[in-house]
Amino acid sequence: MNLFRIFSRPPSSAPAARERLQVLLAHERAVVGGDSDLVAKLRDEILRVIQKHMKIDQEKVSVTMERGDQMSTLAVDIEIPFKPGKKAA
Amino acid sequence: MGKVIVVTSGKGGVGKTTSSAALGAALAQGGEKVVVVDFDVGLRNLDLVMGAERRVVYDIVNVIQGDAKLTQALIRDKRLETLYLLPASQTRDKDHLTPEGVEKVIAALKKSFDWVICDSPAGIERGATLAMRHADVAIVVTNPEVSSVRDSDRIIGLLDSKTLKAEAGERMEKHLLLTRYDPARAARGDMLKVDDVLEILSIPLLGIIPESMDVLRASNVGAPVTIADGSSAPSRAYFDAARRLKGEELEVTVPGNEKRGFFGKIFGRKAA
Ligand SMILES: Nc1ncnc2c1ncn2[C@@H]1O[C@H](COP(=O)(O)OP(=O)(O)OP(=O)(O)O)[C@@H](O)[C@H]1O
Ligand SMILES: [Mg+2]
Repeated sequence: MNLFRIFSRPPSSAPAARERLQVLLAHERAVVGGDSDLVAKLRDEILRVIQKHMKIDQEKVSVTMERGDQMSTLAVDIEIPFKPGKKAA
Repeated sequence: MGKVIVVTSGKGGVGKTTSSAALGAALAQGGEKVVVVDFDVGLRNLDLVMGAERRVVYDIVNVIQGDAKLTQALIRDKRLETLYLLPASQTRDKDHLTPEGVEKVIAALKKSFDWVICDSPAGIERGATLAMRHADVAIVVTNPEVSSVRDSDRIIGLLDSKTLKAEAGERMEKHLLLTRYDPARAARGDMLKVDDVLEILSIPLLGIIPESMDVLRASNVGAPVTIADGSSAPSRAYFDAARRLKGEELEVTVPGNEKRGFFGKIFGRKAA
């Protein structure tokens, strides 16, 4: 048994819960309201644009997102094969 | 080949998601490679309990429909290198889970993980039967309370008839996880006794998880309880349950009956 658990209360966790929910629900409500998740929309469109110019191997694409309250990040990491044969003469 | 575990109950709100996350994180802390799969399509929550809700890129429905590769949909835990989450879809319904799709996903996961933990939705419909379909082992989550025990009995019937194992004439390995066990109510005699539940359901006991504020606190901050506070009573019970899953034989302690230490003696009966 931990001493601190008896003599002092652990910091309250409710504020963390509130903050997490606010961010999550703001994003989810936008989707339900028809606005579609902007980050997801960008993800799909960026991939489509790239596909226009090259055949992408899905295994070589890594997409990560992090939805925030002030800002979200979207990272698309694609391996683009280099073909020496196509060098401009 | 990894082991596929379904965490199921029939009744809603008994602690399936909490237990899936806690057991997954406990196994991963022992170095095992674990993926926890959310089968609750339409009402996903495992991402929240595991604190990955802001990082969901693709979900299991995207994988089944071919919009994304499995590796792209898997989210690696930020705290444990060997713990992964495959989220459910939030915007679509259970009809998007096809038996063929689920079969492919599970087959692929089994190849690269030691444990595939399927967090079943409540109920006995499609979502629940698909979650249990490919299981090698079932964890039946039950609260010591009449309606939960009844629903568990129903689920045990399904596990013995609707799973691939059952259809092949094999015996499905089933374990009882008794959750939200309240020692104070047990002492007053107002709660079904562990032995009574065991006798009624007659499947072996995997563990008894006490009702605890630590579970609520962990879900508030978005961490499986076995990560948020590994020394709390529910965590210790989950760690022991994880060891039993791996085949260790450990005696199950009933919460409130454990030998009390120095402080337990001073504060005496309050805990019992
Ligand atoms: N041991 C426990 N002590 C206290 N609260 C608990 C415990 N286990 C679960 N809970 C709480 O009970 C509620 C339901 O838990 P959980 O979401 O894990 O259940 P579930 O079976 O997955 O529900 P559903 O059927 O809706 O999927 C949550 O608020 C959770 O924090
Ligand atoms: Mg759940």
